[in-house]
Amino acid sequence: MHTAHFRPLDVEGIRKDFPIFATAPPLAFLDNAASTQTPRPVVDAMDAYYDTYRSNIHRGIYRISEEATEQYERAREKVAQLINAPRSRQIIFTRNTTESINLVAYSWGSTNIREGDEIILTVMEHHSNLVPWQLLAQRTGAVLRFLEITDEGLLDFAQLRDCLTEKTKLVAMGHVSNVLGTINPIQSVIDAAHAVGAKVVVDAAQSVPHFHVDVQQLDCDFLAFSGHKMCGPTGIGVLYGKIELLEEMPPFLGGGSMIRSVERDVSSYAELPAKFEAGTPSIAEAIGLGHAVDYITQANLAAIHVHEQELLKYAHQRLKEIEGITLYGPSAPHQKTGVISFNLEGVHPHDIAGILDTHGVAIRAGHHCAQPLMKRLDVIATARASFYLYNTVEDVDRLYEGLCRTQKLMTRGK
Amino acid sequence: MNIYQEELLDHYENPSNYGTLPDPDISHEEDNPLCGDQIRIDLLVEDDKIKEVRFCGHGCTISLAAASMLTERIEGKSLDEVKQLSKDDILDMIGIPLGPVRLKCALLALKVLKAGAYGITSWPGEDE
Repeated sequence: MHTAHFRPLDVEGIRKDFPIFATAPPLAFLDNAASTQTPRPVVDAMDAYYDTYRSNIHRGIYRISEEATEQYERAREKVAQLINAPRSRQIIFTRNTTESINLVAYSWGSTNIREGDEIILTVMEHHSNLVPWQLLAQRTGAVLRFLEITDEGLLDFAQLRDCLTEKTKLVAMGHVSNVLGTINPIQSVIDAAHAVGAKVVVDAAQSVPHFHVDVQQLDCDFLAFSGHKMCGPTGIGVLYGKIELLEEMPPFLGGGSMIRSVERDVSSYAELPAKFEAGTPSIAEAIGLGHAVDYITQANLAAIHVHEQELLKYAHQRLKEIEGITLYGPSAPHQKTGVISFNLEGVHPHDIAGILDTHGVAIRAGHHCAQPLMKRLDVIATARASFYLYNTVEDVDRLYEGLCRTQKLMTRGK
Repeated sequence: MNIYQEELLDHYENPSNYGTLPDPDISHEEDNPLCGDQIRIDLLVEDDKIKEVRFCGHGCTISLAAASMLTERIEGKSLDEVKQLSKDDILDMIGIPLGPVRLKCALLALKVLKAGAYGITSWPGEDE
């Protein structure tokens, strides 16, 4: 994250690539932790597939099918480069982070987790990195253990050392909290887990879009993320895994493409990555994701991170001026990404989001698929604003003004 | 149109029939899993009429205002009459257009009422 040389973001130029911001006044889109907007080059790449070489991939013996296959596999290479995966066949295309994690829980979990084994999670996990492990624990009799957070919203790392024993088979952890924006010390977690022989699954849905993640440097065993949170389309996600693990794992879904040969009672399976990509995949979406990788790489991930940090600092400063506001998560911007969860005293988060919407500001309100964290924070829900490369200081100002109006409206005469 | 008109805010700030009954004939509580809003309704029934009603819980303006309005509407009414209340009746009371997510907020109180009093578990407006 400390890259010394990069061009600052040309935010004005970037915004021209997103037709959704062409309105006046422009939409202040601050729900990027849920899903980001899609730039024209990504949509154009998917259109080009549909308009000029639409066909199924892999076994087609004609020109446009060969081109579709080539573009689909090119996208895989781009994703591999983005996270510095050693080989592109370690990149499995899925629908999203949720499916990637379920793939690991079913396939790796079914052959590696037994009764009494322990799986370590944190209280701040998104449900997508919690429920698959609950289901695995129910199937196998494994035990889930949860790491707590400090009042500051940081991982209680000391507790990890106590929890890690020879019983620990897996640590599954979000790299960045989707609610608090907290950047977890994932490198130290991975090193500590490996010291007791446990594997580590990293939910990178909130990190890969926002700063450079290097799977070889981290030495993580599995890493999952979604295309739609990084300027790509919905319906395409990624699972990275270490080659020896992926090769040993049984298939997840059975069907076409994932086989080598099929007889009546038994089949042998294809090589990676096809073994885990049964059926016709999301071809246009994979191609779109490849172009989204190009887009954020050209903008420069280090520059994106710095831009978000600046917006975050400014937003912290403005929002703190509001009386009765509670901000959740770390107060030091360098400990988090561009995510701010908050509540206004006496105002339900849904009302905050509803009123902001009437002022052209889109934020999220609710439990953010992190109900155990809501309990830990002792709130029913929070409002959440989250930034990406196209957001501006003006977006933050409109959030601030909208919140002042919300408060005024909801506390009439008090 | 502002979705937060005066009447809704009045009900939200000073809800009618807020609280619980010491010895209710019917008491039912549910939450909206989408947003965590939670409403409980207590009823005292005499001669098949709703003699007294209270509600409590937490939620956004729309869900609490709708609950407050609903309790005003049903007090003194017969159980048969109350059973006929529909999604559209609630929307008429609220008086503002609602998107699909906020619609559930508005309908939560009626859902709780119908589940508690008649064992109807579906959302008002869906298959009843």
